[in-house]
Amino acid sequence: MSDTPVTGARAGTAEPRAGSGPRAGSGRRRTLRRQDTLSGWLFVLPQTLGFLAFVLYPLIAVVYYSFHHSNVLSGVTTYAGTKNYTQLIHDPATPAVARATVLFCLGLVVINICLALLLAVLLNQRLRGTTLFRTLFFSPVVVSLVAWTITWNFLLQNNGGINSLLHVVGVHGPNWLRGDDSALVSVVVVQVFKNVGLNMVLFLAALQGVPRSLLEAAEIDGAGAWRRFRSVVLPMISPTTLLTTIVTVSGSLQVFAQIQILTGGGPDNHTNVLVYFFYQQAFDNHDFGYGSAVAVVLFAIILVLTAIQWRLRRKWVFHES
Amino acid sequence: MVLLAIPFVFPTWWMITSSLLPENEVLGYPPKLLPLHPQWSNYRTAFAHYPLAHQYLNSLYIAVLVTAGTMVVASLSGYAFARIPFRGNKVLFPLILSGLLIPTEVTIIPLFKMVDRLGLTNTHWPLIVIPVLGAPSVLGTFVMRQFFLAVPDELEDAGRMDGLNRFGLYFRVALPLARPALASVAIFTFLNSWNMYLEPLVYETDKRNYTLPVALTQYTDAYGTHLWNVQLAASVTTVVPVLAVFVAAQRHFVEGLAQTGLKG
Repeated sequence: MSDTPVTGARAGTAEPRAGSGPRAGSGRRRTLRRQDTLSGWLFVLPQTLGFLAFVLYPLIAVVYYSFHHSNVLSGVTTYAGTKNYTQLIHDPATPAVARATVLFCLGLVVINICLALLLAVLLNQRLRGTTLFRTLFFSPVVVSLVAWTITWNFLLQNNGGINSLLHVVGVHGPNWLRGDDSALVSVVVVQVFKNVGLNMVLFLAALQGVPRSLLEAAEIDGAGAWRRFRSVVLPMISPTTLLTTIVTVSGSLQVFAQIQILTGGGPDNHTNVLVYFFYQQAFDNHDFGYGSAVAVVLFAIILVLTAIQWRLRRKWVFHES
Repeated sequence: MVLLAIPFVFPTWWMITSSLLPENEVLGYPPKLLPLHPQWSNYRTAFAHYPLAHQYLNSLYIAVLVTAGTMVVASLSGYAFARIPFRGNKVLFPLILSGLLIPTEVTIIPLFKMVDRLGLTNTHWPLIVIPVLGAPSVLGTFVMRQFFLAVPDELEDAGRMDGLNRFGLYFRVALPLARPALASVAIFTFLNSWNMYLEPLVYETDKRNYTLPVALTQYTDAYGTHLWNVQLAASVTTVVPVLAVFVAAQRHFVEGLAQTGLKG
């Protein structure tokens, strides 16, 4: 243990080794480590404080509130045990909300992923004008969500643009946003066209990463186009499929503005997905206790989904190693 | 391909054309797809009868501040997580990353109570500070860290030889290299802020404090009848600038957004 401090100017000239600072006496290294710890913490301080105040604390608080009744007007909070949760179980709207949430999620994921893959395969043909089409398919992603939704709201009215067009070709369109099933379908479709471009771009990048040699080898082995796609391309792009599925599933649980503008959860809760139900309870009815219970359930669902996806990741994804 | 492109382009096109129609023709039959006699007065109405200009400025300055703040916070912590071997690094990063899992709705009740206690409802503070320091900036941190991990050690060693301290290495060496990563953080942060809907709805009560997404819905609620052409005109003003920037800097946009994935 040499306790002679090495002066910086000299130590700096020792030959640097990749990844570790200049090699010097252990005392010098200890001060370096201490400096690193200090500067590291200083660098992450804003984010860490923000995380504690705006993520961790609210998360604990929302669980706490979910076991309490809070009266917004008087500001009094009383312990309620599991009452908010039993209320949720017995709420007459709950089955409809669960159904809408699941159907919306399934519909969105299936249609979105299939369409994104289809578009990506088409764009990958390297025909003329693919750049233009890529821009067109991607453009709704950039259009602000509320404006996009308002436009569709305008088009989907009973006497709106979609039905006018159908009328021209002699079809009598339904009142899209008021029909029990057509409302949910409409909301899914609006959402798919809005964001499918994002998944399309991801798939396109993945498709371009599939080695040509593999495809050629499969062709020599006599595999047809469909067979090549199923046995070579699909396994090769499975990591992207997983990623897009994850993003789309978690996105499907967060469609609040769309529901509010298009249907307000109606007709008869047919499009009342969990986040919208949450908003109704928390900010329309000002029931923070009940709203918090719904928020906790939402969070639990997301945690479970994330865990499942991690599991799948190990099993399902083909690794090129 | 052309057929497939219709539903993607058509709504935007229709939004623009309908915003130029007089009220009695907006829902006319057969549908008008070309405004032969454009009526620009809808735009005048949108700005004259509603505080749209004011709301426009709100959205713009909030988005700019959030973007700038996020770039600073996310690049600082992204750098530390990638390049500074400090004690606690390995624990803190996954913890903060968990912020990515949390939808806005889950934490908004406690956040609203917090903002309310501080007397900051109906101000823009919660719309600026919470996104910069809270969960929304975590994605930026993740992107920045990924980038900084790839910076070769030799560059930093050279910087050390020149006597730069940690902050100098970050500011002089790493940050100038990180332009592409910073650009993609800037793009998705700006878009997220520009499209924020639930937060202003919850925190703001005064129309003049609204941001555009919430403001746009007001053209229906105030009268019970839809002023479609005016509402669509207002919508166009919020969409077209962003679309224009997108077409101009398309490559950045597509890559930046694809790297990170926005809400599905």
